[in-house]
Amino acid sequence: MLLKTTSLSFAYPGQPPISFPDFSLSGGEALLLLGKSGTGKTTYLNLLAGLLTPSLGQVILDGVVLSALQGHRLDLFRGQHIGIVFQKPHLIAALTVKQNLELAQFLSKKKGPSPTDLLQDFGIASKASAAVGTLSEGEAQRVSIARALVNTPKLILADEPTSSLDDEHAQRVIQLLKGEAVKIGAALVIVTHDQRVKSEVSQVLELKSE
Amino acid sequence: MNLLTLSWKYLRFRPLATGLNAILLAFGLAIITVLLLVQHQFEQKMTRDAAGIDLVVGAKGSPLQLILSSVYHIDFPTGNIKMEEAKRISRSRLVKQVIPLAMGDNAQGLRILGTNHDYLDLYGVKFAAGKAWEQPFEVTLGAESAKTLGLKLGDTFSGSHGISVGSHDHDQHSFRVTGILAPTGKVVDRLVLTSIESVWYTHDEESKTEPSTPIEGEEASAEIEEAPEQGIDPHLLPVAARGFPLTDQEREVTTLLVRYRNPMAAIQLPRMINSGTSMQAASPAFEMSRLFELLGVGISLLKGLALALVVIAGLSIFIALYNSLKERKYDLAVLRTLGASRLQLMILVFLEGISLTTLGAFLGISLGHGFLALVVLLTSQELVSLVDPWVLLPGELLIFGYALAVGIVASLIPAWSAYQTSIAKQLTKT
Repeated sequence: MLLKTTSLSFAYPGQPPISFPDFSLSGGEALLLLGKSGTGKTTYLNLLAGLLTPSLGQVILDGVVLSALQGHRLDLFRGQHIGIVFQKPHLIAALTVKQNLELAQFLSKKKGPSPTDLLQDFGIASKASAAVGTLSEGEAQRVSIARALVNTPKLILADEPTSSLDDEHAQRVIQLLKGEAVKIGAALVIVTHDQRVKSEVSQVLELKSE
Repeated sequence: MNLLTLSWKYLRFRPLATGLNAILLAFGLAIITVLLLVQHQFEQKMTRDAAGIDLVVGAKGSPLQLILSSVYHIDFPTGNIKMEEAKRISRSRLVKQVIPLAMGDNAQGLRILGTNHDYLDLYGVKFAAGKAWEQPFEVTLGAESAKTLGLKLGDTFSGSHGISVGSHDHDQHSFRVTGILAPTGKVVDRLVLTSIESVWYTHDEESKTEPSTPIEGEEASAEIEEAPEQGIDPHLLPVAARGFPLTDQEREVTTLLVRYRNPMAAIQLPRMINSGTSMQAASPAFEMSRLFELLGVGISLLKGLALALVVIAGLSIFIALYNSLKERKYDLAVLRTLGASRLQLMILVFLEGISLTTLGAFLGISLGHGFLALVVLLTSQELVSLVDPWVLLPGELLIFGYALAVGIVASLIPAWSAYQTSIAKQLTKT
């Protein structure tokens, strides 16, 4: 098992703790995380990313207990092994497309595939030295996926990656995520309530409010 | 890609704010640079030019004026003194050496200074060409004077009366260049040196040929009836290389540069001259420190202004960093998800502040030098033209120090707030 969670729970200050169902994924597998608003989808994702520390339970990625890492070691582990795709692309506007990818490699201190090759695969090589502000929404989202993948992570987390895209681009983004996850043997977890995504991924974990 | 590049990209991304802040800081630092340069160079030149001169003796008047005119050759002389009286001083046991000076003419605004060869030794000059004057009307040009006048060895020129341009010319006698000095960086560079006799004879001729014209200023003395020198024209005799010129007439000199024989002289000699004779004595060291004290008020005022500008620039940089950070909280969170540590984010903010202020420092120092160069170029004031605007001082490193301090202080709070940013909270907030 590449990714495994065991009896995770998390409590925001002054609120009752939320418990999360366990799951495990192998490399190349994909999982949809579904649920209504307020069921803690994003919290779960943050726990998986090590952005929040669970009050109980463990996230184990490739044999490493995430909650056992702290400070800079956790940041570095995240940068090297976890790629995160947000709802909005959130590229660094001061940099060009290619520099955004180079930045990810610099911060994770990891030599991944060349950013140029990756952009080529994603069909946006022509935009490599373009300013981020000149990209269309779909292009920007593809760049953000490329940035999440530039360090060949073991876990890809996507938070509503398609919600602001039209059908054609949404389809393309899902195919890219699925395809790349299989290609590099990474586990893929997608948080969504987008119907277009639901039909593409078979494994589903539904969160219910208590 | 590294943090420095990233911080620089962020600065470049906001060119207006970055430019404004850099310029604001640069103005403050430019003023400091100018003050530093001017103060240092003046003090250095003033001290070097006055080296070896313990006391200046001249006609009564402002002591500061006496020093400025006789040591630095910038102000007008206070008048002339009788050579007999001057000689008496040189015989005092308190005096080691006396260099007499005779002034009153100029060549295209450059002062013609009558003196003896001791003056050359005083400044330790070297000859670029030729040798020192030996006959009347032979002159030695300072390095800058030679350049300004465009004269070579053997060339002749005539001086004009007064010590600034515009007075009538002495056409009767022309000076001949027999020596040109190598540059010294001292006041001799801007002088035309000759013998005291040359200065006298120039004015003698004038008195004889234009008896109706009263001679203005310091040379208006009783030299009109020139005694016959037993048939020998004194103009053909060699001039005195040391000490006072030999003459049996009643002559005048303008001032004396005196060197003490012992420390006791510093106490006794000035008092003796000031109270016992019709002349006055002034000490260059004392008068210059008095002058700097007077200028000190203005310098403090400018320093205050510069400081205020630097502080305002610091505040402005702080506000810019703080605001841009608020817009960039999401960026910071993204950087953290990409593997950046809290410390790296803090360094990023510091780098941004420091790069900005370093830019300001470079700009400020160049601006300061440039401004000074412009002032020197546009002015004909001799005092100002003393300043070399392209000298780099070790003190300018201090300006980088200031800039660094401003950058660090201005970044403290923004950097801390970057350190504190919670990624999960930022990312959930859409």
